[in-house]
Amino acid sequence: MPHDHHDHLSPSGHPYRADNDEPLSYWQTMEIAVRELLIEKGVSNAAEINAQIDAMDARSPADGAQVVARAWTDPAFRERLLANGSDACREMGFDIGALQLIAVENTRDVHNVIVCTLCSCYPRNLLGLAPDWYKSREYRSRTVKEPRKVLSEFGVSVPDGVQIRVHDSTADMRYVVIPARPEGTEGWSAEALADLVTRDSMIGTGLAKTP
Amino acid sequence: MMPPGHIRTPAYLRGKTGWIERQLGPFGNPEQQAYGLLGDKLTLYRVRFTMAEVWGDQAERPEDTLDAEIYEHWLEPA
Repeated sequence: MPHDHHDHLSPSGHPYRADNDEPLSYWQTMEIAVRELLIEKGVSNAAEINAQIDAMDARSPADGAQVVARAWTDPAFRERLLANGSDACREMGFDIGALQLIAVENTRDVHNVIVCTLCSCYPRNLLGLAPDWYKSREYRSRTVKEPRKVLSEFGVSVPDGVQIRVHDSTADMRYVVIPARPEGTEGWSAEALADLVTRDSMIGTGLAKTP
Repeated sequence: MMPPGHIRTPAYLRGKTGWIERQLGPFGNPEQQAYGLLGDKLTLYRVRFTMAEVWGDQAERPEDTLDAEIYEHWLEPA
């Protein structure tokens, strides 16, 4: 399930994408109207708006990976991250805006997984834009009901003795999973450890890579 | 099951019994904010449910849990 399949590929192997010839939707029209008004009234300008879009596109799971690696190597930071995820990220210098972050930790006995059944809430100020499958109706509806089956399709087999905690982001909080630190990484630097932390491991649909 | 308007309490949790995992503090009521209003400040809670409570016999593993954020006006003592 996790990956989309493209049935129709171009000769060079890329999926075809339909030309966007259809009329603008209500919300596309609204976005353009509001943006043009903001510019006309001098509240913002096109360069500023583009810079903000670039800043969002530039965010990536690498930011979250640094946070996780620090939590693995700095017990006092781990405590602060679990107590207040937003403040701990700001402390590391990440510009996360108004993001209200809760970090949940995987242990020997607990595996956490994040979903937003109502829409597609995702900690994008820390991890970048959400993967497409995260926004799919299939992931959103099945993860709250059969998380073990969904995780197995991602290649994650959670033993029966481990409790699964599903977190449905229904309101104002966003969530990041602190995956379990892989065995065999004793003495590693935070920088080296961060390379083991994948996007999916911070959603809970994956595990950190093993060295 | 689906009243009109913007609702943040998922239908699959309505009528289910859980326990407070933590209190998150006051947040504007999204049911009012959806209409351009500021929204009354309501206490938001993280509520934890067992999969047995939510899905009954269909639960994949009854002891697994599900947490969701629920505004106070959707909760009553159990």
